[in-house]
Amino acid sequence: MNEATRMPKAALDNLIAILGREGYRVMGPVARDGTVAFDEIRSAADLPVGIRDAQEAGRYRLAPGIDGEIFGVVNGAGSLKPHFFAPAEPLLEIRRERRGFKANEIASAAPPHAFIGVRACDLAALAIQDRIFLHDRFRDAHYELRRKDAFFVAVDCTRSAPTCFCVSMKTGPRATAGFDLALTELPGGFVARPGSPAGEAMIVKLGLSAAGGADEAAARALIDECARGMGRRMDTADLPRLLYDEAENPRWREVAARCLSCANCTMVCPTCFCHTVIDQTEIDGNMSRRVRKWDSCFSLEHAHIHGINLRPKIHDRYRQWLTHKLASWIDQFGSSGCVGCGRCITWCPAGIDLTEEVAAIRASAGKG
Amino acid sequence: MATPYLTHPARIVARRTETAGIYTFTTRFVDPAARAAFRFRAGQFNMIYAFGVGEVPISIVSDPEDPATLEHTIRIAGRVTGVMAKWDVGDVVGVRGPYGNGWPVERARGRDVVIVTGGLGCAPVVGLINYIFRRRDQYGDLHILHGVKTPNDLLYRERFDQWRREPRTRVYLTTDHPDKSWHYRIGVVTELFDELAAPASAIAMMCGPEAMMRLAAHALRAKGIADDAMFMSLERRMECAVGMCGHCQYRENFVCKDGPVFSWRAVKELTRVSGL
Repeated sequence: MNEATRMPKAALDNLIAILGREGYRVMGPVARDGTVAFDEIRSAADLPVGIRDAQEAGRYRLAPGIDGEIFGVVNGAGSLKPHFFAPAEPLLEIRRERRGFKANEIASAAPPHAFIGVRACDLAALAIQDRIFLHDRFRDAHYELRRKDAFFVAVDCTRSAPTCFCVSMKTGPRATAGFDLALTELPGGFVARPGSPAGEAMIVKLGLSAAGGADEAAARALIDECARGMGRRMDTADLPRLLYDEAENPRWREVAARCLSCANCTMVCPTCFCHTVIDQTEIDGNMSRRVRKWDSCFSLEHAHIHGINLRPKIHDRYRQWLTHKLASWIDQFGSSGCVGCGRCITWCPAGIDLTEEVAAIRASAGKG
Repeated sequence: MATPYLTHPARIVARRTETAGIYTFTTRFVDPAARAAFRFRAGQFNMIYAFGVGEVPISIVSDPEDPATLEHTIRIAGRVTGVMAKWDVGDVVGVRGPYGNGWPVERARGRDVVIVTGGLGCAPVVGLINYIFRRRDQYGDLHILHGVKTPNDLLYRERFDQWRREPRTRVYLTTDHPDKSWHYRIGVVTELFDELAAPASAIAMMCGPEAMMRLAAHALRAKGIADDAMFMSLERRMECAVGMCGHCQYRENFVCKDGPVFSWRAVKELTRVSGL
């Protein structure tokens, strides 16, 4: 079964209840601290109903939107990333013994998570993180444990933020992979389609019936319109060669004069995976935890090696971030590290826009 | 399912002072199963853990034929290695590995080998030279080139003298700033290549400051050695050693898993830009 079904808005509470009964911790975008982030929800009322986001470079606001619209907020600072690749997480517990020590893995014991309202760009980002933590030569046990049992309810984007450019990165606005169920929100209800056997089963449990052709056409029209109206774009043609060849383009110094090297972009990025591992030792000195924490290539320690920082200048670090994200990532993992979610643009306190930086480098290429 | 970060207790069974601030620790895994399972290639490295302090990448300098007993030469340079300086026989440390690709010792078989090092000596190269001496008949002539700023920087001086006496082995030493004790060549390391009598079919392996290796690669190219027959061991910050933590990136390369040994052909373009 792969046909679209019609799902009344009221059925969302039913979906949340079923997932809860099946043992999932149900997560959805929740308004908090002036933005949205995935957090536990008990009913659709916990979602930012009737609210929309206003985004531009260096600015984010939540504002009243359209009455009854459930998924009016395109995205916020929080992606799926922290729920799979935790911002801080103990990996090992190392206990001192009479002669030496013993190292034990710390297994995370959280229940499986179900995410409602995941955008296509964030699903694409999760697939990118999978390549790093699961499909490379080494597998990350902590990531894998959370990843394998998760349930995803995607929401197709029917409006974009001005900072969005998923069309350029070919990740949206329609969810095409990585979900169990995908919803398109229409004024009078959802069009729901399954993306996995678990999603098909859920449609049966919800008792949904086939959508009419008019609903399907309306859903598609809204998504197409969203794609056409996308606020930003990035020309990705031959980007690796461009950025490699332009490693000494004067634009890197120009952007470095605006960049604060604050690492906000890497924190909100749904694919950035750099991390550090530190020891947190108990006060009696007999036990130490090896704790993984997010790191950033903008930190001074990132490329530090016995007294030398190999990327001492901000332009070295900005170039590393952008070149890795858009170019070397493709060599390393077979896809771009950017999904076009626009978070790094919105959450940059200096309003630096990577699409603008790439365009400037392209425009001045070969003239350095 | 194990986290790639899981470290295994290993006991220090010997400690040797190479010079002030450089020590070689011989370790054996406490768990006999871990000991039996461990295999490595010349030029690979381990992550060595100091309880409560942290982990650093350290190359294995002992011979791969004896994987039960591993030697690691550690230069005291930072916060973690500062603690390691105090380690002694009987202490238990954490070891996980091996990681990285290692030296191209198979490819070098039957050929002359040019080894270039510089600065404060380079432990991976000592392991490599010992590896070749233990299989001397499998390799052609060995040419060892080493440059230092001042004679005081020349570590392992006895070893160079010992290698010099080996058959089919030439040692070329130079310093920028000689003193009275210096009876080798004077000048920068690249000048040594004037004397180097290695055929174009030789394979070169280098370790040391990147600027030195870059100059050496150009000099070796002038000798007719191909870009893909020159190899250099690079050093970067590493916290995971499995290509996940992101620190060791050198453009498209993860030095931990794609290296630490790279052909000159692979990195030539990168060395032209500083701060990559």
